[in-house]
Amino acid sequence: MASVWVFSREVDNGPSTLSLELMTKARDLGEVAVIYVGVGSDAAFATLGEYGARKVFHFDPGDHLVAAPVAHALAEMAQVQAPDLILFGQAYDDRDVAGRLAARLGATVLSNAIDVGLEQGPATTSHEIFGGTQIAGAAFTGPGPYLVLVRPKSFAASPVGIAAPQVSKQKPAEVGRADARVIETHIEEREGPKLEDAAVIVSGGRGLGSPENYQLIEKLGKLLGAATGATRALVDAGWVPYAKQVGQTGKTVKPEVYIAAGVSGAMQHLVGMKDAKTIIAINKDPDAPIFAIADLGIVGDVHKVLPKLIEALENR
Amino acid sequence: MRVVVCAKQIPDPATEYKLEPDSHWLVRPGEQVLDDTDRYGVEMGLQLAQAAGGTVTLVSMGPTGTMQGIRQALAMGADKAIVVDDPELRGSDALLTARVLAAVISREGFDLVIAGTESTDGYSGVVPQMVAEFLDVPALTYATSVQVGDGSVTIHRQTNTGYEVVEASLPAVVSVTAGVVEPRYPTFKGIMEAKKKPVETHTLADLGIPAEIGQKVTTVTAAASRVAGAKIEDDGEAYLKIVELLAQRKVI
Ligand SMILES: Cc1cc2nc3c(=O)[nH]c(=O)nc-3n(C[C@H](O)[C@H](O)[C@H](O)COP(=O)(O)OP(=O)(O)OC[C@H]3O[C@@H](n4cnc5c(N)ncnc54)[C@H](O)[C@@H]3O)c2cc1C
Ligand SMILES: Nc1ncnc2c1ncn2[C@@H]1O[C@H](COP(=O)(O)O)[C@@H](O)[C@H]1O
Repeated sequence: MASVWVFSREVDNGPSTLSLELMTKARDLGEVAVIYVGVGSDAAFATLGEYGARKVFHFDPGDHLVAAPVAHALAEMAQVQAPDLILFGQAYDDRDVAGRLAARLGATVLSNAIDVGLEQGPATTSHEIFGGTQIAGAAFTGPGPYLVLVRPKSFAASPVGIAAPQVSKQKPAEVGRADARVIETHIEEREGPKLEDAAVIVSGGRGLGSPENYQLIEKLGKLLGAATGATRALVDAGWVPYAKQVGQTGKTVKPEVYIAAGVSGAMQHLVGMKDAKTIIAINKDPDAPIFAIADLGIVGDVHKVLPKLIEALENR
Repeated sequence: MRVVVCAKQIPDPATEYKLEPDSHWLVRPGEQVLDDTDRYGVEMGLQLAQAAGGTVTLVSMGPTGTMQGIRQALAMGADKAIVVDDPELRGSDALLTARVLAAVISREGFDLVIAGTESTDGYSGVVPQMVAEFLDVPALTYATSVQVGDGSVTIHRQTNTGYEVVEASLPAVVSVTAGVVEPRYPTFKGIMEAKKKPVETHTLADLGIPAEIGQKVTTVTAAASRVAGAKIEDDGEAYLKIVELLAQRKVI
């Protein structure tokens, strides 16, 4: 049976949702061991067991930046234990560890996969390209371990409920001059539901014109019990925090309803939201690419349409 | 301070990207532009080098062509460029790319390497971390601000819930997000000067690196596409259509 390792970064005292998705997939490919990075707890390890982990390698790097100490330790473990496949999520710490580990092992890493196969021979992957209009199939050509970064929501997480995993505490490596320290952590406050889990999302883009106008998005969001999102243009301009970014380098969302106001529909935004069940777009440019995937497209000015919509909902 | 900026030339994003028929490699025209992502890196590098006193060297891998993208970065103010162009690098993966960049950087010598968080055409998003590993230095990633002090570098590292302050000793690699600084536009003087700035070109053999690529694209197929619904011009009442659809979907 193939051996598959899954990287799991601790979020809110437990494994990230993304890593549970990966574990669900990994169960179909082989025997699952989880690399768990965080403080750790019996409850967290029990969750890993429920999603199919037989073994857990637990690292707690403390205030060291995760990448180098964990990647160096993993490289040694991988050379001895020779896993066939190591799955990571397309997420920040995951990318850092995968990149360093790949370089250390001299192994190729494939990014942005939406599916992974492991049958006879090297692993295979699928990737959305050109804004999700085409699917590229790729294959590794050399020997393993095969390192793959998988996009969020590529698989639906589901528990299997097997016995508690065997947990072994691993020592992060001493990395000398490659070390970096996390000296402060700042958490921004969030109102309303979490973007990744929300059933309804209202997102704004540069068409809002000014940071103050993002309030229209927030008002509408509140009325609909929705999470609020944004394009990278707004994040880069500092109007909203990165946590609100939807797209290739932000969150991947699959809500029931996604409302995009003043969003052009760039490829990198579409890959993060095109799987929403219903898409409503408001844009003054009739040729904006967002309309190509919208179930309802309003060619109009957000400054006119949004206030009227808000008023109508308030009066209901 | 010796600052190295990794910058890539890419096909103009305003044009339609195409793949070559058998290899499925991206078609790269002779005239490529500086990746917008890397304009932030170049600007950050210029600001830091100016503040600390130092030089900015560009390192780039890929078909040089007309060198337009490299000249763009030189016109912003970088001092020189080192380019690795070799037909054997076509279809390169992140690992080989990082190996090549790291080899050039370590030959050249560096205190700080700056890269983008992900390129526009490849977006593997792991090259800076790999370069850091090959150079045996820390990678301070996803920076929204960068400060260089006495022998150390401190960044704000973007996270899902806010940011972290991360610190390390130099030498180091930093990857910067778009928005870390406002990239300057080249001046006329800058553009003229860029034409005379040194550009070194190397092949893989010069670096002694074998052209090993550990992946291939096997198929490219059309994805199931969404069918667009009604598109209506706002006549002042279009919001009612939204209310109607929201009601249908039981959101309200
Ligand atoms: C490597 C890489 C990764 C990226 N990752 C992401 C990502 O994760 N998420 C993301 O969103 N982007 C990402 N981008 C950026 C992306 O390419 C686009 O630049 C961005 O999505 C554009 O944001 P926007 O739609 O707000 O702005 P614009 O493209 O400027 O669009 C603004 C729209 O508003 C419309 N408009 C203007 N005024 C009005 C008005 N009064 N009423 C109605 N409509 C109006 C305009 O017609 C236009 O269509 C990435 C880019 C790169 C290179
Ligand atoms: N061929 C290349 N030449 C120079 N720099 C590169 C190259 N590929 C990647 N980089 C650097 O690595 C960053 C991230 O790229 P990627 O990992 O390909 O998404 C880019 O923004 C560049 O700074």
